[in-house]
Amino acid sequence: MPEFDDQTKPKVSDSELHVGPEYAVAERDVGEIVSGEVEVGTSLWRDAWRRLVKNRLAVLGMMIVIVIALACLVGPTLIEKASGHPYDFIPRDASLTKAFPPFRTAGGQFSWQHPMGTDTAGRDILARVLSGGQISLMVALIATIVSLLIGVTYGATAGYIGGRLDDLMMRIVDVLYSLPYVIIVIVLLALLPAKTPFGQIIELFIALGAVSWLTMARIVRGQVMSLKNQDFVLAARATGVSTPRIIFRHLIPNALGPVIVYATLTIPTVMLSEAFLSFLGLGVRPPRVSWGSLAAEGAQSLAVYPWLMIFPGVTMALMLFCLNFVGDGLRDALDPQMKK
Amino acid sequence: MLRFIVRRIVIIIPMLFVVVSLTWALVRLAPGNFYSGEKKIAPAVEANLREKYGLDKPWYVQYGKVLRNIGRFDFGTSLRYEGQSVNQILLRALPVSAALGFTAYLLALIVGITMGTLAALKQNSWLDSSSMVIAMLGISIPNFVLGPLLVLLFSLTLFWFPPALWNGFLSKSIVLPAITLSAIYVAYIARLTRSGMLEVLRSDYIRTARAKGLSEWQVVTRHALRGGLLPVISFSGPALAFLITGTVVVEKIFALPGLGNYFINACFNRDEPLILGIVAFIAISVLVFNLLVDISYAVIDPRIKY
Repeated sequence: MPEFDDQTKPKVSDSELHVGPEYAVAERDVGEIVSGEVEVGTSLWRDAWRRLVKNRLAVLGMMIVIVIALACLVGPTLIEKASGHPYDFIPRDASLTKAFPPFRTAGGQFSWQHPMGTDTAGRDILARVLSGGQISLMVALIATIVSLLIGVTYGATAGYIGGRLDDLMMRIVDVLYSLPYVIIVIVLLALLPAKTPFGQIIELFIALGAVSWLTMARIVRGQVMSLKNQDFVLAARATGVSTPRIIFRHLIPNALGPVIVYATLTIPTVMLSEAFLSFLGLGVRPPRVSWGSLAAEGAQSLAVYPWLMIFPGVTMALMLFCLNFVGDGLRDALDPQMKK
Repeated sequence: MLRFIVRRIVIIIPMLFVVVSLTWALVRLAPGNFYSGEKKIAPAVEANLREKYGLDKPWYVQYGKVLRNIGRFDFGTSLRYEGQSVNQILLRALPVSAALGFTAYLLALIVGITMGTLAALKQNSWLDSSSMVIAMLGISIPNFVLGPLLVLLFSLTLFWFPPALWNGFLSKSIVLPAITLSAIYVAYIARLTRSGMLEVLRSDYIRTARAKGLSEWQVVTRHALRGGLLPVISFSGPALAFLITGTVVVEKIFALPGLGNYFINACFNRDEPLILGIVAFIAISVLVFNLLVDISYAVIDPRIKY
């Protein structure tokens, strides 16, 4: 057969392979490996990091995210140490249990005591905003991890096994996609509130994580499908590696780029959902607070004490704004073709 | 195409079944009852109540009744708003939510597509970066923060618009809720339009259109937008589901008597017929809307075949 002959004949002669800039680059890489300067396996991540650092908006966003996160992490403890009161401390003195504007104290004098003012019970807003941030960030992170675990496992399994099972699993995702799941989450949280405030937060993790894995599953499936026919998978199978091991040790690490990008973009989405539910009175319950429940509280006395709403609301918007920029920056860095 | 539509319509029925059954199970599994409140009820009264609402029957009889009711599109009477059928409440609340959602989405389409197209045409200019920063702000500011801020500025300081309540579709009272609801869609649509247009503007048929000597305006409106808006159209399907969650918050902020407000109250009141009625209604409209989006997709882009 002529076709057969065609395929066996090398398209490019050996001498042609040894010229050109590509070869020169390869030789330099080899030299660097030998001298131990470059690990070839991490070059994708190095390139991505270099591109990310060049993106000034993303770097600025990342810095603000870290500052706010650190402030929320240590702030409440520091304030408690400095003032001797926890974030939900209500002063005994009746003249202090009212809302003071920022930097004001009884009698309208300037004071550093409450930089964001106090609420109608005299509680310090700054301490409450920072403490609410702890809950908001924790819910967002854990729900994202839950969605990551479900989505990655589900998508990778469907993509790797393929065939009928893949059809069935993806049809299920399609069906779930078109369900008004927020409605079901609202029914769930309104009718089955947990016994304790902490239990309610756990319920939030599960509810939010369980509904936000769908896109992740689709992304991972697409990645795995394009990877599974490559030679390194064939080699793994030929040496007798089990299917779960191929999925978790060979395919998922190679599909990590888009997964990281999507996970970064899931964090603000989940945070927003948590705030939305808390705003409706379905999420975090007192004495614990989150940015959403603080904003809800503030919205009730907006006309009289606007700072009750503005500080938690603006802090949250700033955090979401920066997280989104970081996510976009990561996407551009890890997938430069998408930017153009 | 026809086969595709029939298949999609047939799949709506089991999906509706799943949603309704899940909701019903949640309502039933939850501890307590709609009549269990602060006041202790005498056992005889409770027995009467249970008999009146059919709660004394086995669960499969009650479940069967729920399914039969939904099949006939008759959800029974509300437990909270006594003497009013769920259908009456739906008919009263729907126009409010529909008017609000429609206005907001229309606003979002007009502003978002304009912003995205301009950004794509002047890529990397100040116009591009400023509209993308505005879009990012729209995504990042939660609607329950934006709404009260707008009220603070336009109602309580400038006195331009009423801060709450509903005076009908064509009144000042729709302005602030519609802007609040549309902000995030403006942002998403602007971003989708921009990336869609950037891709299309580089394609061969746009070069052909330019080579024919068409004006830039004609190239954009007649040729580029048609392809560049496909991502926006596919976004419009899930957008309806988002729009519903958005209206829940916006209706609460502005105290509008729409579906979202009734839904939240029904959940807190454990008004089972009303919960099921609203859930079934929302599920049907989301599913039908998704179908319409898929069909319109094929109409706009002749390359897509089902």
